[in-house]
Amino acid sequence: MGVAISIENAVKRFGKDTIINGLSLDIKPGEFFTLLGPSGCGKTTLLRMIIGFNSIEGGEIKVDQKVINNIPTNKRNMGMVFQNYAIFPHMSVKDNVAFGLKNRKVPASQIEAQVDEILKIVKIDHLKNRMPAKLSGGQQQRVALARAIVIHPEVLLMDEPLSNLDAKLRVEMRNAIKRIQQQIGITTVYVTHDQEEALAVSDRIAVMNGGVIQQIDTPKNIYQRPANLFVSTFIGLSNILSGIALVKNGETSIQIQDYSVPMEHVSQDVKDGQNIKVSIRPEEFIINQADGDGIPATVKSSVFLGITTHYFVTLANGQEIEVIQNSDIWDIIPDGSNIRLAVQPQKINVYTEDGNRNLVVRRDQV
Amino acid sequence: MRYAGEKKFNIWVAMALGILGLFLIFVVYPLVLILYKSVLSEDGSFSLAYFGKFFARKYYWNTLINSFKVTIVSTLLAAVLGLVMAYVLRSVRIRGSKYLNILIVMSYLSPPFIGAYAWIQLLGRNGFITKILNNLFHVKLNGIYGFAGIVLVFSLQSFPLVYMYISGALKNLDNSLNEAAESLGCSAMQRVLQVIVPLVMPTMLASSLLVFMRVFSDFGTPMLIGEGYKTFPVLMYSQFMGEVSTDDHFAAALCVIIIGITLLLFFFQRYLGNRYTYSMTALKPMEAEKCTGLKNVLSHLFVYLVVLVAILPQLTVIFTSFLATGGGSVYTGGFSLDNYRNTLFSKNNNGAIFNTYLFGLCAIAVVVVLGILISYLTVRKKSILTNILDTVTMFPYIIPGSVLGISFLYAFNTKPFLLSGTALIIIISLSIRRMPYTIRSSTAIIGQISPSVEEAAISLGCSETKSFAKITVPMMMSGVLSGAIMSWITLISELSSSIILYTSKTQTLTVAIYAEVIRSNFGNAAAYSTILTLTSILSLLLFFKLTGSNDISI
Repeated sequence: MGVAISIENAVKRFGKDTIINGLSLDIKPGEFFTLLGPSGCGKTTLLRMIIGFNSIEGGEIKVDQKVINNIPTNKRNMGMVFQNYAIFPHMSVKDNVAFGLKNRKVPASQIEAQVDEILKIVKIDHLKNRMPAKLSGGQQQRVALARAIVIHPEVLLMDEPLSNLDAKLRVEMRNAIKRIQQQIGITTVYVTHDQEEALAVSDRIAVMNGGVIQQIDTPKNIYQRPANLFVSTFIGLSNILSGIALVKNGETSIQIQDYSVPMEHVSQDVKDGQNIKVSIRPEEFIINQADGDGIPATVKSSVFLGITTHYFVTLANGQEIEVIQNSDIWDIIPDGSNIRLAVQPQKINVYTEDGNRNLVVRRDQV
Repeated sequence: MRYAGEKKFNIWVAMALGILGLFLIFVVYPLVLILYKSVLSEDGSFSLAYFGKFFARKYYWNTLINSFKVTIVSTLLAAVLGLVMAYVLRSVRIRGSKYLNILIVMSYLSPPFIGAYAWIQLLGRNGFITKILNNLFHVKLNGIYGFAGIVLVFSLQSFPLVYMYISGALKNLDNSLNEAAESLGCSAMQRVLQVIVPLVMPTMLASSLLVFMRVFSDFGTPMLIGEGYKTFPVLMYSQFMGEVSTDDHFAAALCVIIIGITLLLFFFQRYLGNRYTYSMTALKPMEAEKCTGLKNVLSHLFVYLVVLVAILPQLTVIFTSFLATGGGSVYTGGFSLDNYRNTLFSKNNNGAIFNTYLFGLCAIAVVVVLGILISYLTVRKKSILTNILDTVTMFPYIIPGSVLGISFLYAFNTKPFLLSGTALIIIISLSIRRMPYTIRSSTAIIGQISPSVEEAAISLGCSETKSFAKITVPMMMSGVLSGAIMSWITLISELSSSIILYTSKTQTLTVAIYAEVIRSNFGNAAAYSTILTLTSILSLLLFFKLTGSNDISI
């Protein structure tokens, strides 16, 4: 089983710029932990602090309770997979993979066996004697992975390892990475800006923005119960509508324009008449007829995508909204039609007006 | 950027300090000494008298005007010739263009003064061609000397540089640009003038400035073929080395003046370089098309003529090296190997060939090792210290060879740095002259290696120094080696600093050739030159073999 990593109040400065200012998080042993965020959010910086390529200007990073701040990288026993793979171009696949073992003074006989074993695990044993220039992107990726894990590191770090691959290979490789990670049970920190990738591989995700962690949670909770408006709009697509909370006889409902809907599991401290932001994903709308229940809207255009049909609609106040419906057998609603949009209250999220706090109490926390 | 657990004073800082120390001793100190001498009057007080002396007498300041005249005219001619040659060879399919390319490079690689001496053999007072013309037309042509001679030699010797640069730029020019212009209604001529020339203009300016600096500070050519037409480097040399009326302080002042001029040119080049660059990578490069009719004939005629004229000095030298002489400048008719016997096997050949190889190889070793270290430090270990290192190591770029030679003699003539007359001083001066070029190419090579490759090695348990030695250096090696061969070819044809620093024991080939030419031992000079040329050709072939391409960058 892997090790636990604990980061406490970590600070990173480049010159006068503070990139990360007092960040804390805990990674459990054997966990597949992903740092997700837009470019420039500090996720790679944090990863490089964990492995030691970036010095730490404050706080502590601990591996199994041992502070590693000043241990140089080559003594940390962590494996890393780089965005550009960083395969040594002047060495064969075998020599690339054996490089770390040689540095650890593993006897030659064992090196051979370990290299063969790991090449089988990543399924490139037939490429053992090739030079890197003769490998495809996916194959280089597998070499990089094999090279990083053959040394039995305590922690495996991956910096956007799939961003240079084409879409199909990306899906294939992320499944391979997940499979191998589970097979050897190593604590893994994974950096990506691709949310779908993060949702697919991670046990838990930390969403970062501006050097600050926005939310740490399971992929399901990150998507369904985003902690704040940033996460809600960064992960997937969300329509943000302004509304008012109504509290009557202990029952809470929300009102958007003249449409109101009762909400269960809303935080106790919500006051009657409080301004709120409602975050509704496109698939959480229900389209009703013009005389039905819901927010009045007009269909502007539509796109038929097979499984789903996307509608671009305009509300009475001019706000533009995207709605996704499962394609059904009836006709697509014509452009210019007046409709009403109702919501599925158990799915939508409600935030304070500044967007910093989700007011919906999660089912597992009730 | 700092790695975790990295100490403030580590091996990299120590190395940077060490190299900086070397440059302070061998570059900065001699320069400062020259500056100091130039403003020091005989009684030891501050004085600008030597500069005054230069600008007061027309005999002196006219050399500067002369220098500018020949340099500007030769540079312009070289630029035009280089541009046209590059365009024709890239756009029209010329038979044997691969070999022509090598000949053009060859004609560039021999030292300019050999061109001057060969042209004297052809077009001089008793030149081969002059005689034919005189007999044919019953005229008394007096040979090509002075302004015309210098310009002839310099422009023929320099256009290959412009050619190589522009040819490289044209290779990176995507043909779709041409096609786009054509689809927008440009005629062929308009395309050349409105699309191609503007796009290669930055390259042309950059290479022209290189030519300018090279020509401006060359002293061998005007010395041999200039006769009464005295240029600035000739004045400087004669003030320092002349048999009569040498004046150290005045020579120092002249050095300061020429450094000032090259410095200005250097900044001008930087300014242009930053301002006008297009980054292009061609997906579909221009292809040489097969032409027919008059265009084909004219293109072939033009290219072959230019290459022939450019390579003519080399051919002349090789040819005359096999001629029998009466022990001087008079060819007695008939062929013989006497010249080789006199140069290769005579007792008084002073080991020029051996010296050339020894000094060249030693200097290459120094340049490669320091070049790799310096470029690594300045690219990967950015700090105030390595920034200073970056600047200081570029100093030699603006120091003409003769100035370097003179400053070395001033600086290392006495203890504790008594080096003058030794082989070491020549090796050091050769290394320093080549250092900026090597650093630049090494820096470019390192720039193409992703830092994460080293980091991968570190994450796999390597120390930083070990990853440098096992990963970075091997990855750089092929690029550095091919650069080293080009440096080698440049170094063995170096004259301007060696001619000042040599003693009878440390003569090199170029010095020997120059000395033999001055003594009118044309036979021996030709034999030496042929050996030099042969070495260059073999090195060049090695370069092609090693890089597997025909592209040269100097």
